[in-house]
Amino acid sequence: MAMVEEPLYPIAILIDELKNDDIQLRLNSIRRLPTIARALGEERTRKELIPFLSENNDDDDEVLLAMADELGGFIPYVGGVEHAHVLLPPLETLCTVEETVVREKAVESLCSIGAQMKERDVVDWFIPLVKRLGAGEWFTARVSACGLFHIAYPSAPELLRAELRSVYNQLCHDDMPMVRRSAASNLGKFAATVEPLYLKSDIMTFFRDLTQDDQDSVRLLAVEGCATLGKLLEPADCVAQVLPVIVGFSQDKSWRVRYMVANQLYELCEAVGPEPTRTELVPAYGRLLRDNEAEVRIAAAGKVTKFCSIVSPQVASQYILPCVKELSTDSSQHVRAALASVIMGMAPVLGKEATIDQLLPIFLALLKDEFPDVRLNIISKLDQVNQVIGIDLLSQSLLPAIVELAEDRHWRVRLAIIEYIPLLASQLGVDFFDDKLGALCMQWLGDQVYSIREAAANNLKRLAEEFGPEWALQHIVPQVLEMITNPHYLYRMTVLVAISLLAPVVGSEATCQTMLPVVINAAKDRVPNIKFNVAKMLQSMIPIVDSTVVEQTIRPCLVELHEDPDVDVRFFAGQALQACDQVMCA
Amino acid sequence: MSAGGGGSPASGSQQVGAGGGGRQPQPALEWKFSQVFGERAAGEEVQEVDIISAIEFDKSGEHLATGDRGGRVVLFERTDSREQRARRELERADSVGPRHPEYRYSTEFQSHEPEFDYLKSLEIEEKINKIRWCQTANGARLLLSTNDKTIKLWKVAEKKLKNVSNLNLDPSVRLGNGSSVSSSPVLGPRGFTPRLSMNGGAVPRPPLLGSDFDFPPGGIPSLHLPLVVWSNETALVARCRRVYANAHAYHINSVSNNSDCETFISADDLRVNLWNLEVSDQSFNIVDIKPVNMEDLTEVITSAEFHPTHCNVLAYSSSKGSIRLIDMRQSALCDRHSKLFEESEPPGTRSFFTEIIASISDIKFARGGRYILSRDYMTLKLWDINMEAAPVATYRVHEYLRPKLCDLYENDSIFDKFECCLSGDGERVATGSYSNVFRVFGAMPGSEEATLEASKTPNRRLVPPPSRPGSRLANLARGRLGGSESPGTEMNGGAYDFTSKLLHLAWHPMSNVIACAASNSLYMYYA
Repeated sequence: MAMVEEPLYPIAILIDELKNDDIQLRLNSIRRLPTIARALGEERTRKELIPFLSENNDDDDEVLLAMADELGGFIPYVGGVEHAHVLLPPLETLCTVEETVVREKAVESLCSIGAQMKERDVVDWFIPLVKRLGAGEWFTARVSACGLFHIAYPSAPELLRAELRSVYNQLCHDDMPMVRRSAASNLGKFAATVEPLYLKSDIMTFFRDLTQDDQDSVRLLAVEGCATLGKLLEPADCVAQVLPVIVGFSQDKSWRVRYMVANQLYELCEAVGPEPTRTELVPAYGRLLRDNEAEVRIAAAGKVTKFCSIVSPQVASQYILPCVKELSTDSSQHVRAALASVIMGMAPVLGKEATIDQLLPIFLALLKDEFPDVRLNIISKLDQVNQVIGIDLLSQSLLPAIVELAEDRHWRVRLAIIEYIPLLASQLGVDFFDDKLGALCMQWLGDQVYSIREAAANNLKRLAEEFGPEWALQHIVPQVLEMITNPHYLYRMTVLVAISLLAPVVGSEATCQTMLPVVINAAKDRVPNIKFNVAKMLQSMIPIVDSTVVEQTIRPCLVELHEDPDVDVRFFAGQALQACDQVMCA
Repeated sequence: MSAGGGGSPASGSQQVGAGGGGRQPQPALEWKFSQVFGERAAGEEVQEVDIISAIEFDKSGEHLATGDRGGRVVLFERTDSREQRARRELERADSVGPRHPEYRYSTEFQSHEPEFDYLKSLEIEEKINKIRWCQTANGARLLLSTNDKTIKLWKVAEKKLKNVSNLNLDPSVRLGNGSSVSSSPVLGPRGFTPRLSMNGGAVPRPPLLGSDFDFPPGGIPSLHLPLVVWSNETALVARCRRVYANAHAYHINSVSNNSDCETFISADDLRVNLWNLEVSDQSFNIVDIKPVNMEDLTEVITSAEFHPTHCNVLAYSSSKGSIRLIDMRQSALCDRHSKLFEESEPPGTRSFFTEIIASISDIKFARGGRYILSRDYMTLKLWDINMEAAPVATYRVHEYLRPKLCDLYENDSIFDKFECCLSGDGERVATGSYSNVFRVFGAMPGSEEATLEASKTPNRRLVPPPSRPGSRLANLARGRLGGSESPGTEMNGGAYDFTSKLLHLAWHPMSNVIACAASNSLYMYYA
C-alpha cells in the first residue's frame, strides 16, 4: 500500500473517489479535478490524469456533464496553451455520448479551449478532431461537430478551409434530422467566420438547402439563422438572397415556421434596411398579423411595438394600425392579451395626434374586454400612454375597468390589479385616487383570500410612500384602525400586519400616538394568535419608537403577555423582551 | 365454415378498388414454428402479471421488446451477429434453405410499478400498454414504454465491468478493520475515521485542503491515480432517462415517435399530446375531443400513430370506426382533421352492435405511409391515403362470430382490442383472434391467407393450409381434417376459446417473422 502522508489524505481520498461506487462521491471528485490536477502537477496531469479521464467515460450522465464542464477550464493545469491539445481527446469522446446536455457542454468546453489554442495547434489537433466528429459513425458525433466549425475555420489554411466547408455541406444534408438541425442552428456562427466570397456562394447554398428541408424542425431553425446571416451580408445581397426566403417563410405551410418568422421579423428588418422593409416585410408582417393560426397572431401581436419603432410612423399608422384594430377584436383572448401587453408602447411611436385618433378607441375597447388578462395588460402599461396624451382621456373608462377587476371572482386577478394600484395612483393623482379608489383599497383588507389581504396591506404601505405620511395619516390609518373591531380574528390580524408595514412610513410620533394604542389594546385579545402577533409587532416597533415609549408602554404590555397561559404567546413575548433589553443596553 | 370466414382464400378477403396498381398477388407463405419463450407447461397456471401486453420490433429487426402486465419490459436480440449470418447463410444455402432470424433473451427490467393516485383515489396499473423503439445512439438502445398514465424513456446499454485497484488508501483499512490489516505505520486508524462514518451514511466530509495549501510545482509524487482494469465481460444495464408524467387525465393507449427523432405523441381516450424527447415537464395538447359536457361524449380515441416519414402528419382512430388524418402544420390545436376515413355502413344493417364492432382497436401506417391498416372487431381494413370513402381492401377476420355477438357482448369479449401488423414490404397483413389463433392475409386482391395457432404446431388447427388459389389441395386438406375435427363446428365458434385471445403481435420489419403473444408466452414464426 502506498505511503501517503497525513496532510494529503483529503487529496488521496479525492483521487480514489474518482472511481468510487457512489455517484455522489465521484461527482464530488470530478468537481474538484483542478485540485487533483494541482496535486499531481502539470506533467502527470497531462500524462496520467487526462488519459485516465479519456478512458473512463463509461459513467453516469451527471458525472460526464461535470467532467465536460471542468475540462473546459483546464488549460492552466496542463501547463498552459501550448499543451492545450491534450485536453481534446477526453472532450472528443464526451462529444459522442447520447445525452444532449453532456454533448453541448463538451462542445462548449472544446470551443473555449480551441479559441485559446495557438493557430498551428488548431490545425494540428483541433481541425482533425472536427473532421473526425463530422464523419462519426453515430449521429451524436456529427451533431457535436456542427458546433465546432466557427472555432476551427479561422485558423485553417486555404485548402483545409475548402475541406471544412465541404464537411459542413455534408452535415447540412445528413440523413439524420438531428444533424441537420444542429447544422442549421450553428450556421450563423460558422458563417460569421467565413470569407465574404464563400459566404455568398457556399454558405448561402447551405442555407437555401436547409430552408427547403422536409422536416419542419430544420426549417424552423433555418429561420432563426436568417437575421444573423442577413446582418453578415451586404445589404444588396441580403435583399437578393435572404429577403425572398423570409417572405417565403412568412407564407410557409407550417404555422410553427410562420410563428418563428413572426418572432424574428423585426430583426430581419434591421438586416435588410428600410426600403425593402417597407415594400416586402411590412406586407409580410401584415399577413402574419392576420394569420389564421392564433399562435402566429399572438407572436406577431407581441412584436407590434418593436416593429412600429423601426418603421416610420407614417408606415405604422397606414399599414400596421388597421391590423391592430382587427386584432383588438380577435376571437382569441390570448391574441388580445398579447396585443394589450404591448399596444401602449405604440403611443410614443405614433405621437399624440395619431394616438388620440387611432389608438385611444382600441385602448378603450381592450379596457372593456371580457378577458381579465387583456384589461390587466392595458392597465399595467398605463404610464406609457400617460406620457403622450395624459391620463384624462382614459380615466373615465379606467375606473369601471379597475372596479370590475378589483371585484373579479378569481383572486389571482384581484391580486394582479392590486399590484398595479400604486402605479395607477401615481399616474392618476391623489384627488382621483381619493375619490374613486380609496374605498377599494380598504375593501381588499377584508378579502376572503389571505394573499389578497396581504397584498392589500402591502399596497397601503406603497401608497403611503407614494402620497406621503400626512396623506396616509388622514386617509388610510383611521380606516385601518377601525377594522380592529372586526369579529373575525383573521381580519384583525390583517390590521396588525398593515400597522406593522405602515409604522415605518408614517414615522415614530404618529405611530406612538395613533397606532400603538390600538396594538396595545389588541394584546388583550381573546385569540392567542393575535396576542403573539402583537408581541412580534411590538418587537418590530422597538427600533422606530422612542426609548421612553418602549419603557412605559411596550415593555409593560410585553411583560403581561409573558405571563400568558398560551405557550406561543409567552415565547414571542419573551423574544420581544430580550430585544427591549438589548436596545436599552445599547 | 360459415359465412366465408376463411374457407377458401378468395372468400376471406373482400377486395374493393384497385390499390395494387398492377402488382401481382404474392405467393402463399408457408409458416413454420421458430421459437417460443416462456412456454407454459400443461396445466400450469398463468400468473396475471406475466401476461404479455405489448410487442415491438425495432427498426432494424435486430431487437424485440415485450411488455407485460407486471410492468416489466423484456428485450430479445438476434442470436446471429451480422458476420456470422453471412457465413452461415452460405453454408446452409444448399441444404436447409434460407435462414430465418432467431432471437435470444437479452435482458429485462421493471419499467413501471403499481401506483396510487391519491387525488382521484385511483389505482394505476403497472401494465405496459405500448412500447416504441427510438433512434439508436452510440449502440445504446432507447425505448419508450407506457402504462395508463406515465411514459418512460429507457436506455439499455452494455456496460463493461471494471475492477478498480491500486488506490492511494487501502480500502480494507478504510472499511474499519484497520488495526489488523494496516501495513503502514502512518495509516493509523485515526486518519480513517472520516471514512468510517462515510460507510455509516451520515457524512462529515474529510477536511478539505485549506486554500493556503501549497502545492509543490512538480506535484506530489506519492499520489497516484487508481488503476482500472476493464474486463471483457459486459452487462446490459437499463436506465430510466426521462419520465413523462402528469399529462393524461385518461388512459394512454398509444405512443408514437415522429420521423424528426425529436418528438413523439401520446394518446389517451380524449386527447393527443405532443412531447419533445428531451423535455419531460411539458407537452402540447394537439388533439382534444373532449366535449364541454361529458354527457355529449360519443366517441373516444383508440389509437394514434405518426406518419413514418412526414413529420407533420399523424393519424388517429376512434371508437366509431373512423380514422382521422391530421396535418400539424395547419394549426396548433388540430381539432379539424385534414382527412377522414370512414366507411358508410350499408343501409338496413344497423344493429345494437354496429357501433361497438366498428370501433377501431389499432392502426398502422403501411408502405411508407401511403396506406393505413386498421383493425376493428370483425375485420382488417386497408385504406389508401388518397381515398377516404372506403377501404381498398377488407379482410374478414371474425365473420363467423357474427351470430354470437350477443354472447360476446355478455362476456365483454366484444371489447377486446386486437392489434394488427404488416410485413416490411407491406404485401401482407396479420392480426390476432381467439383460441390463440392469428391470421395472415395477402394485401393484394386474390392473395391467400393463413390461419395459425400460437403453438409449436401452428398449422394444427388450420383449416386450409396455405396453397394456391383454387387449388384442389385446399379442399382436400379440409376434407381430411374434417374427418377428425370438424372445421364447421370450429368456425361456428363451438370450439373457440374466448379466454385465450391473441391480442398482440408484431411483424419483423425486414423478414417474414411474426412474433405473437399467447397469454404469457411469446411465439415466433417464420416463412
